Amino acid sequence: MASMTSDHAADIDRQVKVYITVFVALMALTIITVAVSRLHLPLPIAVTVALVVATVKGSLVASYFMHLISEKKLIYAVLALTAVFFLVLLSLPAITHSNGYWIHK
Amino acid sequence: MDIPYTVEVRRDTGLTNGKIGIWLFLASEVMLFGALFASYILIRTGAPTWPRGDTILNVPLATFNTLVLISSSVTMVMAWASLVRQRLGTFRIYMGATILLGCVFLVVKYFEYSHKFENGLYPSTNNFLAIYFTLTGLHMLHVFGGMVVNAYLLGPGSKLWKTNPEWFTNRVEHAGLFWHFVDLVWIFLFPTLYLL
Repeated sequence: MASMTSDHAADIDRQVKVYITVFVALMALTIITVAVSRLHLPLPIAVTVALVVATVKGSLVASYFMHLISEKKLIYAVLALTAVFFLVLLSLPAITHSNGYWIHK
Repeated sequence: MDIPYTVEVRRDTGLTNGKIGIWLFLASEVMLFGALFASYILIRTGAPTWPRGDTILNVPLATFNTLVLISSSVTMVMAWASLVRQRLGTFRIYMGATILLGCVFLVVKYFEYSHKFENGLYPSTNNFLAIYFTLTGLHMLHVFGGMVVNAYLLGPGSKLWKTNPEWFTNRVEHAGLFWHFVDLVWIFLFPTLYLL
């Protein structure tokens, strides 16, 4: 991405505008997250809203600041593999929960 | 002997070695924080009661810190964009701002931690504080590590610009990928610990 071809240099002005737009969106979404938390919604809804907003913010950072929106296939392959293992890791508590292993009776 | 594929891309990967290297490192970081997030879920769902973060933690300070870290991500990417535009002076301003914002984040965290300790709230107090200090402490170490690399690129590391500007630009890009990842982790830590 950082090969300083003339095409790249020409694109950079357009990219900077995108960075500023993403910055404003991230700021707005942060305020929204805090505002929603003040509504004291039921926990399942609050968790869903917080995670959805965080995922949108994270996607904006990864897509535009980390340039994942236009990356090479190998990077996508590495991240896809990482995502699989990450989901397995996060599913471990859920599996434990379904067995009722640690639930207080 | 020169380090290979710092600027030119490898035929087999289509990437420079530094680029694939930093992404593999970030993949390992995802698993590191993933393990701690999984621990958090396990501990929280297994607890008979769990406090809302805002009853113990300082949400306004953390919100401010979130805005600071997001701003630092923008200055970081602007620092890289300045190099692509061949403007070393502008790069220095943006990189300096990134480091300064990192300092602000750490200072705010210092006040947050101090306030907890003054009130007798330690990692050993309860499970909530244990996972809070573990996750935010590890995150702070990452912020500090990123600042050290950024300071090197702003200072002695910037000599490379004179001899091999493209390589230097790639180094700044890779440091930026790490910095954005640290921002991304905080984006999930903030609601998880402070707001739920």
